[in-house]
Amino acid sequence: MDDLYRDEILEHYRNPHNFGVLESPTTSNEGANPLCGDRITLMLGINDDGTIQEVAFTGRGCAISQASASMLTDEIKGKSLDEISHMGSKDVLNNLGIEISPARMKCAMLSLETLRDATSDRVTWQAPDES
Amino acid sequence: MAVVRSLDPVAIRADFEIFERDFKGRRLAYLDSAATSLKPRVVAQAMSKYLNQYSANVHRGIYEIGEEATAAYEGSRSRIASFLGAKDAHEIVMVRNATEAINLVAYAWGRKNIKRADTIVLTEMEHHSNLIPWQMLAQEKDADLEFVPFDDDGRLLQDSYEVLLRTSPKLVAFTAVSNGIGTINPTKEMIRKAHDAGALVLIDAAQAVPHGPVNVQDLDCDFLVFSGHKTLGPPGSGALWARREILEEMPPFMGGGEMIREVKLRHSTFNEVPYKFEAGTPDVSAAIGLAAALDYLDNVGMEHVRAHEKDLVDYALAILPERVPTIRIHGPHTSDARAGIITFNLAEAHPHDVATLLDREAIAIRAGHHCTMPLHQRLGEESSARASFYIYTDRDDIDRLADALNKVERLFAPRPAASQQASD
Repeated sequence: MDDLYRDEILEHYRNPHNFGVLESPTTSNEGANPLCGDRITLMLGINDDGTIQEVAFTGRGCAISQASASMLTDEIKGKSLDEISHMGSKDVLNNLGIEISPARMKCAMLSLETLRDATSDRVTWQAPDES
Repeated sequence: MAVVRSLDPVAIRADFEIFERDFKGRRLAYLDSAATSLKPRVVAQAMSKYLNQYSANVHRGIYEIGEEATAAYEGSRSRIASFLGAKDAHEIVMVRNATEAINLVAYAWGRKNIKRADTIVLTEMEHHSNLIPWQMLAQEKDADLEFVPFDDDGRLLQDSYEVLLRTSPKLVAFTAVSNGIGTINPTKEMIRKAHDAGALVLIDAAQAVPHGPVNVQDLDCDFLVFSGHKTLGPPGSGALWARREILEEMPPFMGGGEMIREVKLRHSTFNEVPYKFEAGTPDVSAAIGLAAALDYLDNVGMEHVRAHEKDLVDYALAILPERVPTIRIHGPHTSDARAGIITFNLAEAHPHDVATLLDREAIAIRAGHHCTMPLHQRLGEESSARASFYIYTDRDDIDRLADALNKVERLFAPRPAASQQASD
Protein backbone atom coordinates (compact mmCIF):
# COMPACT_ATOMS: atom_id res chain seq x y z
CA MET A 1 0.00 0.00 0.00
CA ASP A 2 2.97 2.29 0.55
CA ASP A 3 3.32 3.26 -3.11
CA LEU A 4 -0.16 4.79 -3.28
CA TYR A 5 0.41 7.85 -1.17
CA ARG A 6 3.66 9.33 -2.39
CA ASP A 7 5.95 10.87 0.21
CA GLU A 8 5.25 14.26 -1.28
CA ILE A 9 1.52 13.93 -0.55
CA LEU A 10 2.15 12.82 3.01
CA GLU A 11 4.60 15.70 3.44
CA HIS A 12 2.01 18.23 2.23
CA TYR A 13 -0.54 16.60 4.55
CA ARG A 14 1.72 16.77 7.59
CA ASN A 15 3.05 20.25 6.85
CA PRO A 16 0.65 21.96 4.48
CA HIS A 17 1.95 24.99 2.60
CA ASN A 18 0.10 28.30 2.89
CA PHE A 19 -1.81 27.00 5.90
CA GLY A 20 -3.24 29.84 7.96
CA VAL A 21 -5.39 32.93 7.57
CA LEU A 22 -5.08 36.24 5.73
CA GLU A 23 -5.97 39.26 7.82
CA SER A 24 -7.86 41.08 5.11
CA PRO A 25 -8.45 38.78 2.15
CA THR A 26 -9.97 40.10 -1.06
CA THR A 27 -12.14 37.03 -1.10
CA SER A 28 -12.69 34.06 1.16
CA ASN A 29 -14.72 30.95 0.64
CA GLU A 30 -15.51 27.78 2.53
CA GLY A 31 -15.93 24.45 0.78
CA ALA A 32 -17.00 21.12 2.26
CA ASN A 33 -17.79 17.59 1.25
CA PRO A 34 -20.84 16.83 3.38
CA LEU A 35 -20.47 13.10 2.80
CA CYS A 36 -16.99 12.79 4.25
CA GLY A 37 -16.56 15.90 6.36
CA ASP A 38 -13.57 17.32 4.45
CA ARG A 39 -13.59 21.09 4.64
CA ILE A 40 -11.34 23.97 3.68
CA THR A 41 -11.53 27.74 3.88
CA LEU A 42 -9.61 29.45 1.09
CA MET A 43 -8.52 33.08 1.34
CA LEU A 44 -7.10 35.11 -1.54
CA GLY A 45 -5.40 38.50 -1.64
CA ILE A 46 -5.85 39.78 -5.20
CA ASN A 47 -4.02 42.85 -6.58
CA ASP A 48 -5.67 45.58 -8.59
CA ASP A 49 -4.05 44.09 -11.70
CA GLY A 50 -5.71 40.74 -11.01
CA THR A 51 -2.68 38.90 -9.61
CA ILE A 52 -3.09 36.54 -6.70
CA GLN A 53 -0.53 38.04 -4.37
CA GLU A 54 -1.44 36.18 -1.23
CA VAL A 55 -3.16 32.88 -0.59
CA ALA A 56 -3.90 30.92 2.56
CA PHE A 57 -6.18 28.11 3.63
CA THR A 58 -7.34 26.34 6.73
CA GLY A 59 -9.13 23.04 6.82
CA ARG A 60 -9.35 19.49 7.99
CA GLY A 61 -9.93 16.22 6.30
CA CYS A 62 -8.17 13.42 4.50
CA ALA A 63 -4.66 13.52 3.08
CA ILE A 64 -5.94 13.79 -0.47
CA SER A 65 -8.08 16.87 0.19
CA GLN A 66 -5.53 18.66 2.34
CA ALA A 67 -2.48 17.85 0.19
CA SER A 68 -4.45 18.89 -2.87
CA ALA A 69 -5.23 22.26 -1.24
CA SER A 70 -1.61 22.72 -0.21
CA MET A 71 -0.39 22.01 -3.75
CA LEU A 72 -3.07 24.13 -5.41
CA THR A 73 -2.32 27.16 -3.24
CA ASP A 74 1.37 26.82 -4.13
CA GLU A 75 0.46 26.72 -7.79
CA ILE A 76 -1.83 29.75 -7.92
CA LYS A 77 0.31 32.08 -5.84
CA GLY A 78 1.64 34.90 -8.04
CA LYS A 79 -0.52 33.91 -11.00
CA SER A 80 -3.05 36.17 -12.66
CA LEU A 81 -6.74 35.40 -12.58
CA ASP A 82 -6.54 34.97 -16.32
CA GLU A 83 -3.86 32.32 -15.94
CA ILE A 84 -5.74 30.33 -13.33
CA SER A 85 -8.92 30.45 -15.36
CA HIS A 86 -7.41 27.71 -17.55
CA MET A 87 -6.83 25.35 -14.63
CA GLY A 88 -8.94 22.26 -14.34
CA SER A 89 -9.12 18.91 -12.62
CA LYS A 90 -6.27 17.59 -14.78
CA ASP A 91 -3.90 20.05 -13.12
CA VAL A 92 -5.01 18.93 -9.68
CA LEU A 93 -4.51 15.27 -10.59
CA ASN A 94 -1.11 16.08 -12.10
CA ASN A 95 -0.06 17.74 -8.87
CA LEU A 96 -1.15 14.77 -6.81
CA GLY A 97 0.49 12.36 -9.24
CA ILE A 98 -1.35 9.31 -7.91
CA GLU A 99 -4.31 7.30 -9.02
CA ILE A 100 -7.52 8.76 -7.58
CA SER A 101 -10.48 6.42 -7.53
CA PRO A 102 -13.92 7.80 -8.47
CA ALA A 103 -15.01 7.58 -4.82
CA ARG A 104 -12.15 9.88 -3.79
CA MET A 105 -12.46 12.40 -6.63
CA LYS A 106 -14.52 14.80 -4.50
CA CYS A 107 -11.72 14.87 -1.92
CA ALA A 108 -9.14 15.70 -4.59
CA MET A 109 -11.27 18.42 -6.20
CA LEU A 110 -12.47 20.18 -3.05
CA SER A 111 -9.81 22.89 -3.18
CA LEU A 112 -10.32 23.57 -6.90
CA GLU A 113 -14.09 23.77 -6.42
CA THR A 114 -13.60 26.16 -3.52
CA LEU A 115 -11.24 28.29 -5.62
CA ARG A 116 -13.82 28.42 -8.39
CA ASP A 117 -16.55 29.46 -5.97
CA ALA A 118 -14.30 32.07 -4.36
CA THR A 119 -13.51 33.70 -7.70
CA SER A 120 -16.70 33.08 -9.63
CA ASP A 121 -17.48 36.82 -9.84
CA ARG A 122 -13.99 37.62 -11.16
CA VAL A 123 -13.04 34.66 -13.33
CA THR A 124 -14.70 32.98 -16.26
CA TRP A 125 -13.37 29.48 -15.84
CA GLN A 126 -12.14 28.02 -19.11
CA ALA A 127 -11.39 24.38 -18.45
CA PRO A 128 -14.24 21.93 -18.73
CA ASP A 129 -15.24 20.68 -15.31
CA GLU A 130 -14.40 17.03 -15.51
CA SER A 131 -14.57 16.44 -11.78
CA MET B 1 -29.00 -35.61 22.52
CA ALA B 2 -28.19 -32.03 21.85
CA VAL B 3 -25.63 -31.53 19.15
CA VAL B 4 -23.71 -28.32 19.66
CA ARG B 5 -22.88 -27.17 16.18
CA SER B 6 -20.71 -24.17 15.65
CA LEU B 7 -20.41 -21.96 12.68
CA ASP B 8 -17.58 -22.60 10.21
CA PRO B 9 -16.87 -19.42 8.22
CA VAL B 10 -14.53 -21.23 5.82
CA ALA B 11 -17.24 -23.74 4.87
CA ILE B 12 -19.76 -20.89 4.62
CA ARG B 13 -17.51 -18.95 2.22
CA ALA B 14 -17.81 -21.83 -0.26
CA ASP B 15 -21.47 -20.88 -0.64
CA PHE B 16 -20.57 -17.33 -1.74
CA GLU B 17 -19.31 -16.99 -5.28
CA ILE B 18 -17.65 -13.67 -4.54
CA PHE B 19 -14.94 -15.48 -2.58
CA GLU B 20 -13.86 -17.21 -5.79
CA ARG B 21 -12.95 -13.84 -7.29
CA ASP B 22 -9.36 -12.74 -7.24
CA PHE B 23 -8.77 -9.35 -5.60
CA LYS B 24 -5.19 -8.20 -6.15
CA GLY B 25 -4.09 -11.80 -5.70
CA ARG B 26 -6.05 -12.21 -2.49
CA ARG B 27 -9.39 -13.33 -1.17
CA LEU B 28 -11.65 -10.40 -0.40
CA ALA B 29 -11.76 -9.50 3.29
CA TYR B 30 -15.25 -8.03 3.29
CA LEU B 31 -15.67 -6.02 6.49
CA ASP B 32 -18.66 -3.90 5.50
CA SER B 33 -21.59 -6.18 6.21
CA ALA B 34 -23.28 -3.50 8.30
CA ALA B 35 -23.71 -1.58 5.03
CA THR B 36 -24.88 -4.59 3.08
CA SER B 37 -24.18 -8.29 3.34
CA LEU B 38 -22.78 -10.54 0.66
CA LYS B 39 -25.25 -13.04 -0.80
CA PRO B 40 -24.97 -16.82 -0.96
CA ARG B 41 -25.55 -18.47 -4.35
CA VAL B 42 -28.96 -19.82 -3.33
CA VAL B 43 -30.36 -16.28 -3.25
CA ALA B 44 -29.60 -15.49 -6.88
CA GLN B 45 -30.64 -19.02 -7.87
CA ALA B 46 -34.09 -18.60 -6.33
CA MET B 47 -34.50 -15.20 -7.97
CA SER B 48 -33.26 -16.48 -11.30
CA LYS B 49 -35.72 -19.37 -11.18
CA TYR B 50 -38.62 -16.97 -10.70
CA LEU B 51 -37.41 -14.58 -13.39
CA ASN B 52 -36.73 -17.37 -15.90
CA GLN B 53 -39.45 -19.90 -15.18
CA TYR B 54 -42.57 -18.33 -13.65
CA SER B 55 -42.22 -14.56 -13.84
CA ALA B 56 -45.93 -13.78 -13.69
CA ASN B 57 -47.47 -11.00 -11.64
CA VAL B 58 -48.84 -11.87 -8.22
CA HIS B 59 -52.48 -11.94 -7.02
CA ARG B 60 -53.74 -11.58 -10.63
CA GLY B 61 -53.02 -14.35 -13.10
CA ILE B 62 -55.60 -17.14 -13.26
CA TYR B 63 -53.13 -19.49 -14.84
CA GLU B 64 -50.40 -21.85 -13.70
CA ILE B 65 -47.40 -19.55 -13.46
CA GLY B 66 -49.50 -16.75 -11.97
CA GLU B 67 -50.51 -19.08 -9.19
CA GLU B 68 -46.91 -20.24 -8.76
CA ALA B 69 -45.72 -16.65 -8.48
CA THR B 70 -48.41 -15.79 -5.93
CA ALA B 71 -47.61 -18.89 -3.90
CA ALA B 72 -43.88 -18.06 -3.90
CA TYR B 73 -44.48 -14.42 -2.97
CA GLU B 74 -46.91 -15.25 -0.17
CA GLY B 75 -44.55 -18.05 0.87
CA SER B 76 -41.87 -15.38 1.33
CA ARG B 77 -44.24 -13.40 3.54
CA SER B 78 -44.85 -16.47 5.70
CA ARG B 79 -41.11 -17.16 5.76
CA ILE B 80 -40.40 -13.65 7.05
CA ALA B 81 -43.20 -14.00 9.61
CA SER B 82 -41.81 -17.23 10.99
CA PHE B 83 -38.26 -15.84 11.02
CA LEU B 84 -39.45 -12.95 13.21
CA GLY B 85 -41.71 -15.12 15.37
CA ALA B 86 -44.84 -13.27 14.22
CA LYS B 87 -48.24 -14.81 15.01
CA ASP B 88 -49.68 -14.06 11.64
CA ALA B 89 -48.19 -13.61 8.15
CA HIS B 90 -50.69 -10.79 7.58
CA GLU B 91 -48.69 -8.72 10.03
CA ILE B 92 -45.85 -8.58 7.49
CA VAL B 93 -45.84 -5.69 5.02
CA MET B 94 -43.34 -6.21 2.22
CA VAL B 95 -41.22 -3.13 1.57
CA ARG B 96 -37.98 -2.28 -0.20
CA ASN B 97 -35.94 -1.79 2.98
CA ALA B 98 -36.04 -0.61 6.59
CA THR B 99 -36.06 3.02 5.45
CA GLU B 100 -39.26 2.50 3.49
CA ALA B 101 -40.80 0.65 6.43
CA ILE B 102 -40.12 3.53 8.83
CA ASN B 103 -41.41 6.07 6.32
CA LEU B 104 -44.54 3.96 5.93
CA VAL B 105 -45.16 4.06 9.69
CA ALA B 106 -44.37 7.78 9.94
CA TYR B 107 -46.68 8.55 7.05
CA ALA B 108 -49.61 6.21 7.65
CA TRP B 109 -49.62 5.77 11.43
CA GLY B 110 -47.86 9.02 12.30
CA ARG B 111 -50.02 11.42 10.31
CA LYS B 112 -53.14 9.97 11.85
CA ASN B 113 -51.94 9.65 15.43
CA ILE B 114 -49.33 12.34 16.08
CA LYS B 115 -50.82 15.71 16.91
CA ARG B 116 -49.54 19.12 17.87
CA ALA B 117 -47.24 19.09 20.95
CA ASP B 118 -47.13 15.28 21.03
CA THR B 119 -43.73 13.84 21.84
CA ILE B 120 -41.76 11.18 19.96
CA VAL B 121 -38.73 9.78 21.78
CA LEU B 122 -35.70 8.75 19.71
CA THR B 123 -32.04 8.30 20.62
CA GLU B 124 -28.83 10.11 19.70
CA MET B 125 -27.52 6.99 17.98
CA GLU B 126 -30.23 6.57 15.34
CA HIS B 127 -29.46 5.93 11.69
CA HIS B 128 -30.77 8.83 9.59
CA SER B 129 -33.53 6.51 8.40
CA ASN B 130 -34.97 6.46 11.93
CA LEU B 131 -34.54 10.20 12.36
CA ILE B 132 -35.46 12.09 9.19
CA PRO B 133 -38.98 10.58 8.78
CA TRP B 134 -39.77 11.69 12.35
CA GLN B 135 -38.27 15.14 11.76
CA MET B 136 -40.54 15.50 8.73
CA LEU B 137 -43.57 14.33 10.69
CA ALA B 138 -42.77 16.56 13.68
CA GLN B 139 -42.39 19.58 11.41
CA GLU B 140 -45.70 18.88 9.72
CA LYS B 141 -47.57 18.31 12.99
CA ASP B 142 -45.65 20.74 15.20
CA ALA B 143 -44.77 17.79 17.43
CA ASP B 144 -41.70 17.43 19.66
CA LEU B 145 -38.73 15.12 19.26
CA GLU B 146 -36.71 14.11 22.31
CA PHE B 147 -33.47 12.13 22.29
CA VAL B 148 -32.00 9.61 24.71
CA PRO B 149 -28.28 10.39 25.05
CA PHE B 150 -25.54 7.77 25.32
CA ASP B 151 -22.48 7.63 27.58
CA ASP B 152 -18.79 7.45 26.71
CA ASP B 153 -19.03 3.66 26.41
CA GLY B 154 -21.79 4.06 23.80
CA ARG B 155 -24.64 2.91 26.04
CA LEU B 156 -27.99 4.67 26.21
CA LEU B 157 -28.53 6.47 29.50
CA GLN B 158 -31.47 4.69 31.06
CA ASP B 159 -32.00 7.41 33.68
CA SER B 160 -32.45 10.00 30.95
CA TYR B 161 -34.75 7.62 29.08
CA GLU B 162 -36.98 7.25 32.12
CA VAL B 163 -37.14 11.01 32.56
CA LEU B 164 -38.19 11.43 28.92
CA LEU B 165 -40.87 8.77 29.33
CA ARG B 166 -42.49 10.91 32.02
CA THR B 167 -43.50 13.33 29.25
CA SER B 168 -45.95 10.61 28.07
CA PRO B 169 -44.62 10.23 24.51
CA LYS B 170 -46.91 8.79 21.87
CA LEU B 171 -44.11 6.81 20.28
CA VAL B 172 -40.64 5.58 21.16
CA ALA B 173 -38.52 4.62 18.13
CA PHE B 174 -34.98 3.32 18.51
CA THR B 175 -32.46 0.96 17.07
CA ALA B 176 -31.92 -2.46 18.62
CA VAL B 177 -28.27 -2.36 17.53
CA SER B 178 -26.34 0.79 16.61
CA ASN B 179 -25.02 0.68 13.05
CA GLY B 180 -22.65 3.46 14.05
CA ILE B 181 -20.88 2.00 17.10
CA GLY B 182 -22.30 -1.50 17.48
CA THR B 183 -24.09 -1.03 20.81
CA ILE B 184 -26.65 -3.75 21.55
CA ASN B 185 -29.36 -1.82 23.35
CA PRO B 186 -31.42 -3.35 26.20
CA THR B 187 -34.32 -3.47 23.77
CA LYS B 188 -36.78 -5.64 25.66
CA GLU B 189 -36.42 -3.66 28.87
CA MET B 190 -36.76 -0.35 27.03
CA ILE B 191 -39.92 -1.59 25.28
CA ARG B 192 -41.44 -2.56 28.62
CA LYS B 193 -40.67 0.86 30.10
CA ALA B 194 -42.18 2.61 27.07
CA HIS B 195 -45.35 0.55 27.30
CA ASP B 196 -45.60 1.35 31.01
CA ALA B 197 -45.51 5.00 29.97
CA GLY B 198 -48.28 4.43 27.43
CA ALA B 199 -46.17 4.77 24.28
CA LEU B 200 -46.07 2.54 21.24
CA VAL B 201 -42.61 1.29 20.25
CA LEU B 202 -40.94 0.97 16.87
CA ILE B 203 -37.74 -1.08 16.73
CA ASP B 204 -35.22 -0.48 13.96
CA ALA B 205 -33.88 -4.02 13.69
CA ALA B 206 -31.82 -3.49 10.53
CA GLN B 207 -28.63 -4.48 12.41
CA ALA B 208 -30.35 -7.00 14.71
CA VAL B 209 -32.36 -9.34 12.48
CA PRO B 210 -29.32 -10.38 10.39
CA HIS B 211 -27.09 -11.07 13.39
CA GLY B 212 -29.03 -12.93 16.06
CA PRO B 213 -32.37 -14.34 17.14
CA VAL B 214 -35.18 -11.76 17.03
CA ASN B 215 -38.71 -12.60 18.12
CA VAL B 216 -41.37 -9.90 17.93
CA GLN B 217 -43.66 -11.63 20.39
CA ASP B 218 -40.88 -12.01 22.93
CA LEU B 219 -39.79 -8.39 22.45
CA ASP B 220 -43.42 -7.28 22.68
CA CYS B 221 -42.83 -4.24 20.47
CA ASP B 222 -45.47 -2.66 18.22
CA PHE B 223 -43.52 -2.10 14.99
CA LEU B 224 -40.28 -3.71 13.83
CA VAL B 225 -38.43 -3.09 10.59
CA PHE B 226 -35.48 -4.68 8.81
CA SER B 227 -33.76 -4.77 5.42
CA GLY B 228 -33.28 -7.91 3.37
CA HIS B 229 -30.05 -6.71 1.79
CA LYS B 230 -28.24 -6.77 5.14
CA THR B 231 -29.64 -10.25 5.82
CA LEU B 232 -27.97 -12.14 2.93
CA GLY B 233 -30.94 -11.17 0.75
CA PRO B 234 -31.15 -8.94 -2.31
CA PRO B 235 -31.54 -5.15 -2.36
CA GLY B 236 -35.22 -4.22 -2.67
CA SER B 237 -36.39 -6.68 -0.03
CA GLY B 238 -37.40 -5.95 3.52
CA ALA B 239 -40.32 -5.92 5.86
CA LEU B 240 -42.39 -4.00 8.31
CA TRP B 241 -43.90 -6.09 11.05
CA ALA B 242 -46.66 -4.50 13.12
CA ARG B 243 -49.40 -5.74 15.40
CA ARG B 244 -52.41 -6.60 13.30
CA GLU B 245 -54.77 -4.37 15.27
CA ILE B 246 -52.47 -1.40 14.65
CA LEU B 247 -52.21 -2.17 10.93
CA GLU B 248 -55.99 -2.46 10.72
CA GLU B 249 -56.41 1.07 12.06
CA MET B 250 -53.74 2.61 9.83
CA PRO B 251 -54.77 4.43 6.64
CA PRO B 252 -52.98 3.32 3.44
CA PHE B 253 -49.48 4.45 2.50
CA MET B 254 -49.28 4.71 -1.29
CA GLY B 255 -52.30 4.55 -3.57
CA GLY B 256 -52.59 2.40 -6.69
CA GLY B 257 -53.29 -1.11 -7.81
CA GLU B 258 -53.35 -4.05 -5.40
CA MET B 259 -54.13 -1.91 -2.36
CA ILE B 260 -57.81 -1.40 -3.28
CA ARG B 261 -61.03 -3.32 -2.80
CA GLU B 262 -63.44 -1.31 -4.91
CA VAL B 263 -62.66 1.76 -6.98
CA LYS B 264 -65.14 4.38 -8.17
CA LEU B 265 -64.17 7.54 -9.97
CA ARG B 266 -64.36 9.72 -6.87
CA HIS B 267 -63.74 7.35 -3.99
CA SER B 268 -62.49 3.87 -3.24
CA THR B 269 -62.37 1.30 -0.49
CA PHE B 270 -59.15 -0.40 0.44
CA ASN B 271 -57.87 -3.92 0.52
CA GLU B 272 -57.31 -5.82 3.74
CA VAL B 273 -54.11 -5.85 5.77
CA PRO B 274 -51.32 -6.04 4.67
CA TYR B 275 -52.24 -5.54 1.00
CA LYS B 276 -53.57 -2.04 1.54
CA PHE B 277 -49.95 -1.02 2.20
CA GLU B 278 -48.56 -2.70 -0.92
CA ALA B 279 -49.62 -0.59 -3.88
CA GLY B 280 -48.34 -1.63 -7.28
CA THR B 281 -46.53 -4.74 -8.46
CA PRO B 282 -44.09 -5.64 -5.70
CA ASP B 283 -40.47 -6.71 -6.11
CA VAL B 284 -41.44 -10.35 -6.35
CA SER B 285 -37.97 -11.65 -7.15
CA ALA B 286 -36.44 -9.77 -4.21
CA ALA B 287 -39.04 -11.24 -1.84
CA ILE B 288 -38.26 -14.73 -3.16
CA GLY B 289 -34.54 -14.10 -2.79
CA LEU B 290 -35.02 -12.96 0.80
CA ALA B 291 -36.92 -16.12 1.65
CA ALA B 292 -33.99 -18.17 0.33
CA ALA B 293 -31.62 -16.07 2.46
CA LEU B 294 -33.70 -16.64 5.59
CA ASP B 295 -33.75 -20.39 4.90
CA TYR B 296 -29.97 -20.27 4.64
CA LEU B 297 -29.63 -18.35 7.92
CA ASP B 298 -32.02 -20.66 9.75
CA ASN B 299 -29.92 -23.57 8.59
CA VAL B 300 -26.81 -21.90 10.03
CA GLY B 301 -28.74 -21.08 13.22
CA MET B 302 -29.16 -17.52 14.43
CA GLU B 303 -27.78 -18.31 17.88
CA HIS B 304 -24.61 -19.55 16.17
CA VAL B 305 -24.42 -16.34 14.14
CA ARG B 306 -24.48 -14.26 17.31
CA ALA B 307 -21.97 -16.50 19.11
CA HIS B 308 -19.60 -16.37 16.14
CA GLU B 309 -19.72 -12.59 15.88
CA LYS B 310 -19.33 -12.19 19.64
CA ASP B 311 -16.16 -14.26 19.42
CA LEU B 312 -14.87 -12.06 16.60
CA VAL B 313 -15.62 -8.92 18.63
CA ASP B 314 -13.67 -10.33 21.59
CA TYR B 315 -10.76 -11.08 19.27
CA ALA B 316 -10.85 -7.66 17.60
CA LEU B 317 -11.14 -5.77 20.90
CA ALA B 318 -8.13 -7.72 22.17
CA ILE B 319 -5.74 -7.51 19.23
CA LEU B 320 -6.49 -4.16 17.59
CA PRO B 321 -5.25 -1.92 20.45
CA GLU B 322 -2.23 -4.22 20.79
CA ARG B 323 -1.22 -4.11 17.13
CA VAL B 324 -2.51 -0.65 16.28
CA PRO B 325 -1.41 1.54 19.21
CA THR B 326 -3.02 4.79 18.03
CA ILE B 327 -6.47 3.28 17.45
CA ARG B 328 -9.47 4.79 19.25
CA ILE B 329 -12.36 2.34 19.26
CA HIS B 330 -15.80 3.86 19.80
CA GLY B 331 -18.67 2.10 21.50
CA PRO B 332 -18.96 -0.60 24.17
CA HIS B 333 -15.71 -2.26 25.18
CA THR B 334 -17.27 -5.60 26.07
CA SER B 335 -18.67 -8.05 23.55
CA ASP B 336 -21.85 -8.75 25.51
CA ALA B 337 -23.09 -5.26 24.63
CA ARG B 338 -21.52 -5.08 21.20
CA ALA B 339 -22.54 -6.51 17.85
CA GLY B 340 -19.99 -7.34 15.14
CA ILE B 341 -19.20 -3.72 14.44
CA ILE B 342 -15.87 -2.07 15.29
CA THR B 343 -15.86 1.68 14.66
CA PHE B 344 -12.60 3.50 15.10
CA ASN B 345 -10.29 6.39 14.30
CA LEU B 346 -6.51 6.37 14.01
CA ALA B 347 -4.60 9.25 15.56
CA GLU B 348 -2.95 10.50 12.35
CA ALA B 349 -4.73 8.99 9.35
CA HIS B 350 -8.14 10.15 8.18
CA PRO B 351 -10.78 7.39 7.78
CA HIS B 352 -10.95 7.95 4.02
CA ASP B 353 -7.24 7.47 3.66
CA VAL B 354 -7.46 4.38 5.84
CA ALA B 355 -10.20 2.90 3.64
CA THR B 356 -8.33 3.71 0.42
CA LEU B 357 -5.13 2.11 1.68
CA LEU B 358 -6.91 -0.98 3.02
CA ASP B 359 -8.62 -1.41 -0.33
CA ARG B 360 -5.13 -1.89 -1.81
CA GLU B 361 -4.93 -5.05 0.30
CA ALA B 362 -8.40 -6.27 -0.67
CA ILE B 363 -9.87 -5.27 2.69
CA ALA B 364 -13.23 -3.50 2.39
CA ILE B 365 -14.22 -1.24 5.29
CA ARG B 366 -16.57 1.71 5.56
CA ALA B 367 -15.35 5.26 6.09
CA GLY B 368 -17.56 8.27 6.70
CA HIS B 369 -20.40 9.01 9.08
CA HIS B 370 -22.33 5.79 8.32
CA CYS B 371 -25.61 7.74 8.05
CA THR B 372 -25.27 8.75 11.71
CA MET B 373 -24.14 12.39 11.72
CA PRO B 374 -25.62 13.26 15.14
CA LEU B 375 -23.90 10.22 16.64
CA HIS B 376 -20.59 11.43 15.22
CA GLN B 377 -21.20 14.91 16.63
CA ARG B 378 -21.59 13.24 20.02
CA LEU B 379 -18.35 11.29 19.45
CA GLY B 380 -16.60 14.50 18.46
CA GLU B 381 -15.48 13.02 15.14
CA GLU B 382 -16.23 14.27 11.63
CA SER B 383 -16.08 10.72 10.41
CA SER B 384 -14.85 7.30 11.40
CA ALA B 385 -13.77 3.98 9.94
CA ARG B 386 -15.91 0.91 10.53
CA ALA B 387 -15.20 -2.80 10.19
CA SER B 388 -18.26 -5.02 10.47
CA PHE B 389 -18.56 -8.79 10.54
CA TYR B 390 -20.85 -11.57 9.43
CA ILE B 391 -20.96 -15.33 9.06
CA TYR B 392 -18.20 -15.41 6.43
CA THR B 393 -15.82 -13.32 8.56
CA ASP B 394 -13.09 -15.08 10.52
CA ARG B 395 -10.09 -14.26 12.68
CA ASP B 396 -7.89 -14.27 9.59
CA ASP B 397 -9.86 -11.24 8.27
CA ILE B 398 -9.28 -9.43 11.57
CA ASP B 399 -5.57 -10.30 11.48
CA ARG B 400 -5.36 -8.83 8.00
CA LEU B 401 -7.21 -5.73 9.23
CA ALA B 402 -4.82 -5.33 12.17
CA ASP B 403 -1.71 -5.77 9.99
CA ALA B 404 -2.96 -3.32 7.39
CA LEU B 405 -3.93 -0.72 10.02
CA ASN B 406 -0.50 -1.10 11.54
CA LYS B 407 1.04 -0.29 8.15
CA VAL B 408 -1.23 2.73 7.68
CA GLU B 409 -0.34 3.93 11.14
CA ARG B 410 3.38 3.74 10.36
CA LEU B 411 2.91 5.43 7.00
CA PHE B 412 1.14 8.36 8.60
CA ALA B 413 3.25 8.55 11.76
CA PRO B 414 4.63 12.01 12.49
CA ARG B 415 8.17 12.52 11.21
CA PRO B 416 11.01 12.10 11.73
CA ALA B 417 10.84 9.14 14.13
CA ALA B 418 8.97 6.71 11.90
CA SER B 419 9.86 8.03 8.45
CA GLN B 420 12.36 5.25 7.75
CA GLN B 421 9.87 2.51 8.53
CA ALA B 422 7.22 4.06 6.37
CA SER B 423 8.91 3.06 3.14
CA ASP B 424 9.55 -0.58 3.92
